[in-house]
Amino acid sequence: MAYSNKVIDHYENPRNVGSFGKDEDGVATGMVGAPACGDVMKLQIKVGADGIIQDAKFKTYGCGSAIASSSLVTEWVKGKSIAEAGQIKNTQIAEELALPPVKIHCSILAEDAIKAAIADYQAKHGGALKEAAE
Amino acid sequence: MQIDFSKNHFELFHLPVAYPIDLPALEQAYREVQREVHPDRFANSSGAEQRLAAQWATQVNEAYRTLKSPLARGRYLLKLHGIDTEEESNTAMPVDFLIQQMEWREAVEGAKQSKDEVALERLTSQKRDEEKRLFVLLASQLGDDAVRADGRETVRKLRFLEKLGEEIDDAIERLEG
Repeated sequence: MAYSNKVIDHYENPRNVGSFGKDEDGVATGMVGAPACGDVMKLQIKVGADGIIQDAKFKTYGCGSAIASSSLVTEWVKGKSIAEAGQIKNTQIAEELALPPVKIHCSILAEDAIKAAIADYQAKHGGALKEAAE
Repeated sequence: MQIDFSKNHFELFHLPVAYPIDLPALEQAYREVQREVHPDRFANSSGAEQRLAAQWATQVNEAYRTLKSPLARGRYLLKLHGIDTEEESNTAMPVDFLIQQMEWREAVEGAKQSKDEVALERLTSQKRDEEKRLFVLLASQLGDDAVRADGRETVRKLRFLEKLGEEIDDAIERLEG
């Protein structure tokens, strides 16, 4: 299959590969997997006290499109607020990377991963607020 | 020839609609039905009848393949109960399962790079143990109305393991080839 130049670029030079320490302040993790292709994606965000995503990292086992999709998302979310990052749609990812229809599920996986990371952040954050209130 | 396209795969082979399956009975029923729909028997029939027979033969083959595979059979049985396994659309899996998947993928990568066939064989046996455990779980879920829907996630997990197995086999083949 012919990959677009952008997919190849992200695949050969993936941005932000790695992980943060689990207990680092403001770190939240989203982990998702696609049964049909066996891809597994871990996406982490590091959120500042102001609610802005300062940094993001990912680790993906899967095809070139899945790696490119997660790499792109980590670039996009930096500097965004949690709410803004939650607006990212798989269609934007697919369009940016010119993914063919059979690879759309890779962009869905990346959207689900950032959503899962945000949900994890909110769960932890909500928990902290509750503790403070008690 | 009586063709009833409304029969489900189990009924087609006169088997009970249940997860545990009598494989020799399936094989025998398959061979019998296959003989009935063999294209040779329709050599002198009309074009329409031949097309219908070909369509029927395709369905019989599909039914056989589905029932023979423990994973496909589980997926199909869930579908008969109106439960979609969402293998194409649902990406939410238990985190510990995904972490395990990632560790196994890393181990396969590592073994591939260091050309460690023993490690790959060890991974195959670990994968098989996990598969066995999940198939036992799936069988109990499918037989119980109260927890049948949980079989969805078990099928999704088994799908991951199937893919992992393919990758390990590929790696072993490359080392041997």
